[in-house]
Amino acid sequence: MPITIGGQLTETYAISAHNVTKSYGNFTALAGVTLQVATGECLALLGPNGAGKTTLTEILEGYRERDSGEAEVLGVDPGKPTSAWKAKLGIVLQNASDMPDLTVLETITQFARYYPNPADPEHVIAAVGLTEKSRSRNGKLSGGQRRRLDVALGIIGNPDVLFLDEPTTGFDPEARREFWVLIDRLKSEGTTILLTTHYLDEAQYLADRVAVIARGQIVAQGTPESIGNRDDAVVSWTQDGREMSVPTNEPTAFIAQLGLRFDAEIPNLSVRRSSLEDAYLELIAQDRDLHAGDQP
Amino acid sequence: MKLTQFRTLRMGLGRVSIELKQFFRDRESAVFNFLLPMILLVIFGSVFSGQELGDSGITFSQYFVAGMIASGILYTSFQNLAIAIPMEREDGTLKRLRGTPLPPAAFFIGKIGMVFVAYIAQVTILIAVGVLLFGIDIPTTPLAIFTFIWVSILGLIAFTLLGIAYSVVPKQGRGAAALVTPVVLVLQFTSGVFFVFSDLPQWMQSFASLFPLKWLTQAMRSVFLPDSAAAMEVSGSWELGMTAIVLVIWVVLGALLATFFFRWTPRGKN
Repeated sequence: MPITIGGQLTETYAISAHNVTKSYGNFTALAGVTLQVATGECLALLGPNGAGKTTLTEILEGYRERDSGEAEVLGVDPGKPTSAWKAKLGIVLQNASDMPDLTVLETITQFARYYPNPADPEHVIAAVGLTEKSRSRNGKLSGGQRRRLDVALGIIGNPDVLFLDEPTTGFDPEARREFWVLIDRLKSEGTTILLTTHYLDEAQYLADRVAVIARGQIVAQGTPESIGNRDDAVVSWTQDGREMSVPTNEPTAFIAQLGLRFDAEIPNLSVRRSSLEDAYLELIAQDRDLHAGDQP
Repeated sequence: MKLTQFRTLRMGLGRVSIELKQFFRDRESAVFNFLLPMILLVIFGSVFSGQELGDSGITFSQYFVAGMIASGILYTSFQNLAIAIPMEREDGTLKRLRGTPLPPAAFFIGKIGMVFVAYIAQVTILIAVGVLLFGIDIPTTPLAIFTFIWVSILGLIAFTLLGIAYSVVPKQGRGAAALVTPVVLVLQFTSGVFFVFSDLPQWMQSFASLFPLKWLTQAMRSVFLPDSAAAMEVSGSWELGMTAIVLVIWVVLGALLATFFFRWTPRGKN
């Protein structure tokens, strides 16, 4: 969907949602979500369990119907999915354990046939690091290997938009790094990515922008560096045997002041920017306080 | 045929080999759906070895092999799909396929193709076991072979559609067999698979006549038993015309039920 700012065509959105709502009985999963992902952008959707991440993702993937609001993915209403539209999507669902009796190579080769413009199965298997396991049955893979197979199935069709729902759950740190490199490569090839994750370092590394969802609403969005109240730095030191920690907007001035209290070096002095994790936890805590009286 | 239809057919046929691999590699499925009729034939054939039905000159094995072939249709189509599809729904196979451009029709073509190939392999082995161990006679008349083919095809289509429809009954993949096997057993016991049909109580015969298995079994007897044996049937004839009518009705009913009730995702999750 092209948008204009100041009368000039500046950007196109691969994914856009406007006031999307969804309820299950009395439970409101999405209370009017508005969100855009620009073409070629990687957006990380963060939020606690039950916040509506998967509901929103599955509405955009065409799996669930929204109750109201507008949605478009690659110019198509995901509530009316077509085969040609699905050919442009790559979907990595949560916790898969399907097709245990097929081998990795059989699975990828079979799925390549469903797409008009597939990637080479052997290349994709190599890209996710499963070459040595390509003749193993899917059911015999470890948790991390199984997840990499899911990612391979998500990218075999050379998608324009890739949905990744908690893709690295169960990965060891090395596998996670390798996965990030793989996603970086897809990004550099222009793939639009909507990533849901619980790992804030992952969002920090991969995402161009993050959006925080809580109780079915977007409570904040921005770059990983700017989200929340992120001008703060945190100054830490040791005083009288105690760990001290103070957030401040002016760390240089603060340390100059602090230095006057000590005769020599300030013990264990450190300055760090507040992390995405600090900002995220703060946002979720604010939201919880705000709604403390909502539920009986 | 239009290009998209041709693509759907090609994708569906491409799924047959994948479906067959999963069918045979899953040990429970291979034993329960494929080997069971062979095992039953060996056991029943050995127990009643050499026995004849009354003074008809027909061996029990000859009578039983017709029932086992009809049961094979039920196992490879209905029992197979009614258990496998709930498991695929639960483990996410169906959801994953739904997220790809694979047309739904291609998925069902793959299932139907698997059922047909599995049945052809099964019936070949069943007849070979019957001939080698129990000396059963194989039909050679063109009419018997023609009957065997059309009855098999109609029976497989009807029970495949009913299996797809019944796959919504088990809510979970685990335990699906517990909801499918009783149906299969009741049909077998009432339809003249394990017992001579004409010896069954009349109410049981009437009950079985509502469902396809009784007609499949009776038609298979027309293939494997001499014409004179038709006199032993309840109606005194093979009733092949009626068999065709009942099977076609069940094909239509199965198609309607499958279309209305089939689900790609577990209940309460859309």
